[in-house]
Amino acid sequence: MDARDDGSEIGMPLLEARGIVRTYGQVVALDGCDFDVEPGEVTALIGDNGAGKSTLIKIMSGTEEMEEGQIRFMGEDVTMSSPSVARDLGIETVFQDLALCPHLDPVRNLYLGREVRKRGPLGWFGFMDNKMMREKSSDAFADLGATVRALSVPVGDMSGGQKQSVAVARAASWANKIIFLDEPTAALGVVQTQNVLDLIKRVRDKGIGVVFISHSMPEVLGVADRVQVLRRGRRVATYQAADTSLEELVGAMTGALDEEAV
Amino acid sequence: MTATREAQAEEIVADNNRGVIRSITRAQATQIVLVLLGMMVLFTIINPDAFLSVFNFRSIIVNASIFIILGVGVTFVIVTAGIDLSIGSVLVFASVMSALVMESLGTEGWAIAAVGAVVAVLAGALWGLINGFLIAKANVPAFIVTLGTMGMALGISQVITGGIDLYNVPEVLVDTVGFGDIVWQIPTLAVIALVIAVLGGILLHKTKFGLYTYALGSNMEASRRIGIRVDKQLIWVYIVSGVCAGIGGYLSLALYQQTTIAGNSLTNLAVIAGVVIGGTSLFGGVGTIFGTVIGLLIPVTLRQGFVISGVQAFWQEVVVGIFLIGAVYIDGVRRARARRSSGKNPKPMAIGGLTIGSTRKEGNSE
Repeated sequence: MDARDDGSEIGMPLLEARGIVRTYGQVVALDGCDFDVEPGEVTALIGDNGAGKSTLIKIMSGTEEMEEGQIRFMGEDVTMSSPSVARDLGIETVFQDLALCPHLDPVRNLYLGREVRKRGPLGWFGFMDNKMMREKSSDAFADLGATVRALSVPVGDMSGGQKQSVAVARAASWANKIIFLDEPTAALGVVQTQNVLDLIKRVRDKGIGVVFISHSMPEVLGVADRVQVLRRGRRVATYQAADTSLEELVGAMTGALDEEAV
Repeated sequence: MTATREAQAEEIVADNNRGVIRSITRAQATQIVLVLLGMMVLFTIINPDAFLSVFNFRSIIVNASIFIILGVGVTFVIVTAGIDLSIGSVLVFASVMSALVMESLGTEGWAIAAVGAVVAVLAGALWGLINGFLIAKANVPAFIVTLGTMGMALGISQVITGGIDLYNVPEVLVDTVGFGDIVWQIPTLAVIALVIAVLGGILLHKTKFGLYTYALGSNMEASRRIGIRVDKQLIWVYIVSGVCAGIGGYLSLALYQQTTIAGNSLTNLAVIAGVVIGGTSLFGGVGTIFGTVIGLLIPVTLRQGFVISGVQAFWQEVVVGIFLIGAVYIDGVRRARARRSSGKNPKPMAIGGLTIGSTRKEGNSE
């Protein structure tokens, strides 16, 4: 991990968000929020309910617009005007609602928007290489521990854990810079949770910046390299996971102790 | 580790075959074929000589052909959880435009008939574009947009013609397409309908365009976030529907040798009913062209069967009404079962952009 092949400076954050403001009517969801994503690092984004975690992720992944603030990606200002912009930058997101199409099967969901066309003239008319997509998807799900078995069953007929696995596998398959996971283990059992956490580490080891929201502090301390804490729409603290404790994190979340000046 | 992973992958592939079979047997289209066959058996028992005649089957498929072409387009629209009420009026508009242009060019001959076909298709596409643009870009519910263009397309047709039907249809068109047979007793009209149904089926079931059509109807918001250009896709879906109505308009010129300005006020509802009977869900994400073809054959077969059996043909409307309600009831039961089995997050029910159930606005949670 000495030099990055794209020539970017070592030590520079992949993504920097500065002074993000977002309001919903009277509610101020983000009030000048900062955030950093480092390559090859797992960052946990924590905070109490309503702290603005999901909104921040939506803004950084192009699904919500911000009112004020700045986002720099690999040192350059970017406008995340749509999810496609983020995707083109190599940023993938697992949303809280998973954003799956319930009537489509897992393969279709995994490749949605990125279908592989058949070679030759059939491909020009929009025919797809279903065999290839099926085989690759099968590998991707097996990577996650094969909780997704039947590849032809609509995702809507699957259990909550299987749906979540499909969404996580999709993001992990396509991300090459950053992956945002909004409570990726919320609907999962013990084994699947461990699979997702292992996957997070594997993705990180590829040099990808991983950001995940979680309410489970043991999970956060077990997987994260860094922890960034949000409270009332601002980042109030950043910790190295190795140097912090449960008490400190809870203290920062609830406002019992403030590190960064508000 | 690698070995188990490969084993798991194999297991996944094996599971798929079971899934395919299950989805076929569960499909409403399969059940509806049985209904159609049952009807045919019944009418055959009542009056075998009349029902099993070539003349009878020929009438059924000729009468169903134009509806089937319209139904192909409407299937795309309803799969996106949209609705197109304008098809009957667009059919009239396209036939009026086509007849006017052909008349101004001298009416007779294949060249002029070909120009007329192009005009009809373009006229249909134009209304589809208007529908799609208003629905996708101006965010007016599909129900309202197409209700509006339903009145507009018919109104403009009436203004142009003064409400009087046009009779200038090329004889070659009437002879070959309207009454002609490709071979033996196979009507040209039916072959055209079959070709369009097959092309529509390939487009909907085998291509990216069709996949995105399902994706929109399945989860519009997710499709948008995944990066599908939802607006563009919606506009094209309504253009497909408009083009089908345009082709229908042209063929109805050939069949009836005139425009049918006053004769299509209920065409939209008849076609939508057939599409829904064929298993396409008004809630989006579900539907097949095959089901649509069968669903549209049922009303026509019923009417023909009642006539043959000496039952008043008006009963057909009654029975179709029962089938329609039954089809939507079954769809509702199936959706409820799917919701129960998969737990939380029921999809809000929206027909043609009019929200019926509760909607949870995205992005307001924090």
